[in-house]
Amino acid sequence: MTTDLWKLTIHEAHALLKTRSLSARELLDAVEARVAAVEGTIHAYLTFCREDARAQADAADRRLRSGEGVTPLTGIPIALKDNLCTTGVKTTCASKILEGFVPPYDATVVERLRAQGAVFVGKTNMDEFAMGSSTENSAFGGTKNPWDRARIPGGSSGGSAAAVAADECVAALGSDTGGSIRQPAACCGIVGLKPTYGRVSRYGLVAFASSLDQIGPLTKDVTDCAWMLNAIAGHDASDSTSADVPYSDFAAGLGRGVRGLRVGVPKEYFIPGMDRSVEEAVRAAIAALEREGAVPVEVSLPHTEYAVAVYYLLATAEASSNLARYDGIRYGHRAKDPADLFDLYARSRAEGFGPEVKRRIMLGTYALSSGYYDAYYAKAQRVRTLIAEDFRRAFEQVDVIATPTAPTPAFRFGEKTQDPLQMYLSDIFTISVNLAGVPALSMPCGFSPEGLPIGLQFIGKTFDEETVLRAAFAYERATSWRTTKPDLNPPL
Amino acid sequence: MTTTIPTRTSYETVIGLEVHAQLLTGSKMFCGCAAAFGAAPNTQVCPICLGMPGVLPVVNKRAVEFAIRLGLAMHARIAASSRFARKNYFYPDLPKGYQISQYELPLCEGGWLDIAREATIERHARVEGWSKRIRLTRAHLEEDAGKNLHDMGNGASHVDLNRAGTPLLEIVSEPDLRSSDEAVAYLKALRELVVYLGICDGNMEEGSFRCDANVSIRPRGSERFETRVELKNINSFRYVKRAIEYEVERQIGVVEGGGRIVQETRLFDPQRGVSVAMRSKEAAHDYRYFPDPDLVPIAAPEAWIAEIRAALPELPEAKRARFVSEYGILPYDATVLTGSQALADYFEAAIRHGASPKTAANWIMSELLALLNAEGAEIAGREDSARSIDTGRPESALCRVTPKALAALFALVEAGTISGKMAKTVFEEMYKTGAEPNAVVAAKGLVQVSDVDALVAVIDQVIADSPKELAQYRSGKDKLFGFFVGQVMKRTEGKANPGKVNELLKARLSAPIA
Repeated sequence: MTTDLWKLTIHEAHALLKTRSLSARELLDAVEARVAAVEGTIHAYLTFCREDARAQADAADRRLRSGEGVTPLTGIPIALKDNLCTTGVKTTCASKILEGFVPPYDATVVERLRAQGAVFVGKTNMDEFAMGSSTENSAFGGTKNPWDRARIPGGSSGGSAAAVAADECVAALGSDTGGSIRQPAACCGIVGLKPTYGRVSRYGLVAFASSLDQIGPLTKDVTDCAWMLNAIAGHDASDSTSADVPYSDFAAGLGRGVRGLRVGVPKEYFIPGMDRSVEEAVRAAIAALEREGAVPVEVSLPHTEYAVAVYYLLATAEASSNLARYDGIRYGHRAKDPADLFDLYARSRAEGFGPEVKRRIMLGTYALSSGYYDAYYAKAQRVRTLIAEDFRRAFEQVDVIATPTAPTPAFRFGEKTQDPLQMYLSDIFTISVNLAGVPALSMPCGFSPEGLPIGLQFIGKTFDEETVLRAAFAYERATSWRTTKPDLNPPL
Repeated sequence: MTTTIPTRTSYETVIGLEVHAQLLTGSKMFCGCAAAFGAAPNTQVCPICLGMPGVLPVVNKRAVEFAIRLGLAMHARIAASSRFARKNYFYPDLPKGYQISQYELPLCEGGWLDIAREATIERHARVEGWSKRIRLTRAHLEEDAGKNLHDMGNGASHVDLNRAGTPLLEIVSEPDLRSSDEAVAYLKALRELVVYLGICDGNMEEGSFRCDANVSIRPRGSERFETRVELKNINSFRYVKRAIEYEVERQIGVVEGGGRIVQETRLFDPQRGVSVAMRSKEAAHDYRYFPDPDLVPIAAPEAWIAEIRAALPELPEAKRARFVSEYGILPYDATVLTGSQALADYFEAAIRHGASPKTAANWIMSELLALLNAEGAEIAGREDSARSIDTGRPESALCRVTPKALAALFALVEAGTISGKMAKTVFEEMYKTGAEPNAVVAAKGLVQVSDVDALVAVIDQVIADSPKELAQYRSGKDKLFGFFVGQVMKRTEGKANPGKVNELLKARLSAPIA
């Protein structure tokens, strides 16, 4: 056995596990050793599940020995964003308000992974209630970018992205409401997919904005991404918004290539003020796809400029209602010695929520208020329809759309915390996708002069993750970005 | 004072009712928990109705079907697509901090319910125009909240979430009601309807059929709607009447005192018979309604609606009309007899067993209902199934007199075997013991004497024993005829056939004694 087993992808590890050249327990031990070595400098995790993980690895080994019930994820160490409910394991959403909360239920995705014999390493850090683009809004301290520890890992799924990039797990799950999987994937140089809204059950995902939230994988390569999607996708009777749309093996068509594939390049996604290295890397990626036989086509998504405004009305409106249940009555943080009911509510929430969550609850409450509803919420819904219509129209001309994932590589800690608007603009290229409900993937496509990863985003038609993955796989095969890993050895 | 004081009758009352009917779905609106009444606190709960993080609601399809049943029965439009909305407010009994309800696109809109007019609540009112149409504004689905429990002895307040998430159908009438009596009549008709439809047990005491009233007054003749006051917590027909009457008096008092009615919500206190202000419009919640993003629109395809329509039972309104036309009974009697499905079925079963509709109607209404009411019992269940509809009164006794036995009793009267008066005695015994009428008649020796010779013998004896009365009668004092009838009945211990006695007595009194 080599000492860097923790570098394995899911498909590499699976090949070794299936032939019993490697045991699930050995793989977990390797990942835990890696965690022990680097977690102190990264802080990707909020909670570790060491004992459970060992029991799961041993159970996986029994499956592997018997050969019964072996799935592609059997024995694979996976990290879960801490807004996914896990039976018996505290789920904090990186918020003090969920202090002491241990769910008596699994999120549907967790249940599915569990049934397939996956091993849960732990719960990862995030922006509180998934609100943020840097993981700086965690109530339990930030996560560092494995490529440059002075920089943020992106957010809100920053812990999951950093854990994958630093090999502290083989793969991870995150959630994406406005770019929360793709932007950290771009910042950390890994693959992250936000599936079509409804493709994956949201049951047990602590809600931020219900009409936008979607769970998806963060992985080391495109194949793993397809494997993870296979494992979590599909209709769930517990989530009325999950779609009963059939799908086959997302990994099956990966190698079909992009010959003749029409790749849309939206002019609205190359804007003045964006980082030059980002633009160059993305344009080079499109050229590389062209060499593989794809046909670039310029398209227009004319309502793009309204996306951020629409998003911050709708997402905050839904959040203001979704977060009303944290009232100190049934679970979580409760203020001490309340004078009366109002005081109990006001202080429990004032003490429990961080500043960004409070800001968004206030924005959303305002947007839904009597007298403002039509001007804000209702109008934003209408513009959302126009944004979705933009994509529908563009996909009449092209099969997939390629854009940068974020306007800049990972920024420094504290760089944008004083200016929420600047922070919100980090999601300018990812937000429209959530509003339209379409699937999108981010993958590495180069490095900035400072050596920071740059993300390339592929956007697909509704329920056409297959084409997104196919384009991504073709690009991954044609380039070698993924072979460059952050240098964490020895940790600083 | 030189100005005339307006009388109470110079005001018209305007009432609209909001009824919350708890649906008999067995499980809650958005999760699989049981929705039974009376369980130990917090034993019928799960992560969904507790509002835990990350859980999602799933619509109870049966609740939608029940709502459509009511909508169809009330002639409402069923929306092909309707939406759930969130009503946001903080309260300890509301686990999510919002109630899932319907706002912009309710499941049922429009429609009506006919109620008996006040005048026709009296029995012999004219047949024409006996009902009044009350329009339905809307009926929509929502979930109930839990209950806060105070004064548990330890100074703390507790929350019981068993009721949280139970399915409610909110049924909102137009402000078409003009008196407390009409409000009660509407409420009774609506209760009867939901019980007929099998969608609600109609139990007001346990809160499965609750009513809020919007009340305003205006000068008689005015068409304008004045400021209304919402009365909450009126959980019996009696309280509805009292709460409205109190409120009307209060409003008249305010207006006549030169004041203005304030739009507010008032809570009726049945103990003191008064209402107290809960909150004014200024202090009203801003519920920040918006479509619930966790739920997709409810789709009610035409085919499903047609299926539900086809399965509807005959409704009180149609049944009432049919009873009038088919059996020739009075509208008032038809209204009483269709008061519950079980009672209507009982009436029709008696007819099938040969009873004449008019006799059956009279007997059921005057004799049977009197006995049932006296012991707080009711006809529960149909002839073919013991208890097809839960009346919501678990203690209520089943009627022991079967429709068949009732018809047999009428047959005995018609055949002259017993008199109408005897029939009442027999009936009381049947009601007590469940015995067949023939058996009661035989056991009590109640057979009527119709034999001419036997009767003539008694009559002649009475005449012989009453020479003074005979003389007076014959000199023109006709009233004494009753005296002779009474004597005959007395000597036959009431068993003489009264018709025969009359006939024979007349002949004997006018004929010279042999």
